[in-house]
Amino acid sequence: MSTATAARESAPDVAKSRGPKFLQGWNMAALIFIGPAVLLLAVFMIYPAIRTVVLSFDNGLDNYVQLLTADPRFLSLRWPPGGSIFNNILWLLFYTGGCIVIGLIVAVMATRVRYERIIKAIVFLPMAIAATALGVIWRFVYSPDPDTGLINAILGVVGVDPISWLGNATFVNTALIIAGIWGSAGFAVVILSAALKGISSEILEAARVDGATEGQIFRRIIVPMLSLPISVIAVTLTINVVKLFDLVYIMTKGGPGNASNVIAVQMYQQFSARNFDYSATVAVVMLIILIPVMIFNIRRFRSERVVA
Amino acid sequence: MATVTFDHLYKRYGEDVIAVNDLNLEIGDGEFICLVGPSGCGKTTALRCVAGLEEISDGRLLIGDRVVNNVAPKDRDIAMVFQSYALYPHMSVFDNLAFGLKLRKTKKEDIDRRVKEAAEILGLERFLDRKPKALSGGQRQRVALGRAIVREPSVFLMDEPLSNLDAKLRVQTRAEIARLHQRLGTTTIYVTHDQVEAMTMGDRIAVMRDGILQQVGTPQELYDHPVNVFVAGFIGSPSMNFATTKSEGKDLMFGGHKLELAGEQARAADSRPDGASVLIGFRPEHIEIANGQQTSAVRIPATVDVVEYLGNDELIHAQAEGNEIVALLPSDKKVAVGDRVDFAVPMEKLHIFDPDSEKALAG
Ligand SMILES: Nc1ncnc2c1ncn2[C@@H]1O[C@H](COP(=O)(O)OP(=O)(O)O)[C@@H](O)[C@H]1O
Ligand SMILES: [Mg+2]
Repeated sequence: MSTATAARESAPDVAKSRGPKFLQGWNMAALIFIGPAVLLLAVFMIYPAIRTVVLSFDNGLDNYVQLLTADPRFLSLRWPPGGSIFNNILWLLFYTGGCIVIGLIVAVMATRVRYERIIKAIVFLPMAIAATALGVIWRFVYSPDPDTGLINAILGVVGVDPISWLGNATFVNTALIIAGIWGSAGFAVVILSAALKGISSEILEAARVDGATEGQIFRRIIVPMLSLPISVIAVTLTINVVKLFDLVYIMTKGGPGNASNVIAVQMYQQFSARNFDYSATVAVVMLIILIPVMIFNIRRFRSERVVA
Repeated sequence: MATVTFDHLYKRYGEDVIAVNDLNLEIGDGEFICLVGPSGCGKTTALRCVAGLEEISDGRLLIGDRVVNNVAPKDRDIAMVFQSYALYPHMSVFDNLAFGLKLRKTKKEDIDRRVKEAAEILGLERFLDRKPKALSGGQRQRVALGRAIVREPSVFLMDEPLSNLDAKLRVQTRAEIARLHQRLGTTTIYVTHDQVEAMTMGDRIAVMRDGILQQVGTPQELYDHPVNVFVAGFIGSPSMNFATTKSEGKDLMFGGHKLELAGEQARAADSRPDGASVLIGFRPEHIEIANGQQTSAVRIPATVDVVEYLGNDELIHAQAEGNEIVALLPSDKKVAVGDRVDFAVPMEKLHIFDPDSEKALAG
């Protein structure tokens, strides 16, 4: 690991030290291997990205002013807050937070019961389901018809009238986020339980002898010692949230009205409505939101490399 | 301060592993006792039973006069030093030391004072802000000790705390722990597989084998009067020589050579029927070269195989009646390879064992 890292980092130095001429020190073999990939990236990612940015400025700054100040579907500044940005924030807090909390609890609990592998398999299973299929499944679960809707069927038993979970602006985001957590908590469980195995049992025992209760051990030893994997999960899920599209599109298309809309779905709606420049503006804003997350991620990878 | 009492204590794992088998041991208030034995003999398990980290299968464990079988570790007023140190990697040295005190809601000034004190005793003042991973092995070891002493518990439990240190640091830290014990006077149970550590540190030593306590006593009692072959061979370095002989009246036949016994040793030989095997044992450092002046000693003729020069002493490997014998002799005896020598073992240093029960009959 460390040798490979050293080799990777010293390569540019070698190139530099071989004199001033631009291509001197460039390895032809490396160029042949990397070249096609770079070309493909340039054609299919970098060029479209630049075109998108250019397109978003078609009407000067108007699109941006419109999107950020006068589009309640994107950002409603009135009370109660709403719009896709607000919904994305809800997702960020509750979906990311929910996955991590459930991941921690299940990972820690699973080590104490005999059926650890079975429990983990069950929690991880939804990860194998495509988001579109997941959306379809949960549409059935939330269906207002008690004959197909699991939740309304259960409520029917205790005598509550069917509720249209996805058709009601009050419940729709909660319903979607729960479906999202169901689909992703397994990811957090798997990463956290692997990391948990790396904490020596003697450390937990030392804390127990030091006087910590199980709760204190969890909060003051386990959680801080898992901070790195937790941040990996947080970043991964945050990126998922900003790009969130399929689940919402399948289940509600952002409705009822605009109640459950998110940025990516709105971008798609604008695109479908042939508002290409406005759609591009949404895309650029989305990209800008992602930049800090990416910087955080890159920083973390760098610091990990130093430690390793 | 407190006593610790094992009362017919058993620890079983599943059906067939008995890690601790009917352990009876009373540890006095302020005593430093070493639990010693080969790897896998149940030392750690016994210690973990005291800590409350293992459920006791049978019997009672008392700290002071309280039965603690069902008391949680945190309520036993003990502190433990783990073999791996088990420091909290995300906390500074200060926080590692302070953790137990904070959990007990100790006042902040008291925490500061006690951590500073412990750090001073252990020479850790300069490292209080560091994380464990920025410390050397010896420093980590001292943090682990510090974490135990700040708590001012009534019993210290230490599980091979020196086994991850290099030889030189081990000797230093050994003395440091001994000094610490003199200063604090806290009851300490110290687990080690290294008999030298046990001999140098323990007020008393408890030798275990396969979960069974073999013998408890002061280092000297164990050295002078081991109760069985196992303790005799385990305590002392280099280890005791053993040879099989045959009983003949009050004497023993060592091959074709007669060992004339007296006193306790003669009575032991006499207690065995003529012709029965008898195991004898004698320590390398008790062997002398026979010079006709030793009055009460057995003579053992041998041929020198190998001579290991140690400076002041030499370790002589010799063959006697098909047994390998190791002798520790002063270098000035000028013994050479191939020499035929007569070893003399003082009568009172000769141990006699029953080869079947392996119990000591004399010595
Ligand atoms: N959790 C466990 N499950 C089953 N057997 C165990 C367990 N812990 C220890 N043992 C067994 O108990 C015996 C004593 O172990 P231990 O107390 O660790 O020995 P020591 O510390 O003297 O080297 C060993 O045979 C070991 O294999
Ligand atoms: Mg052990």
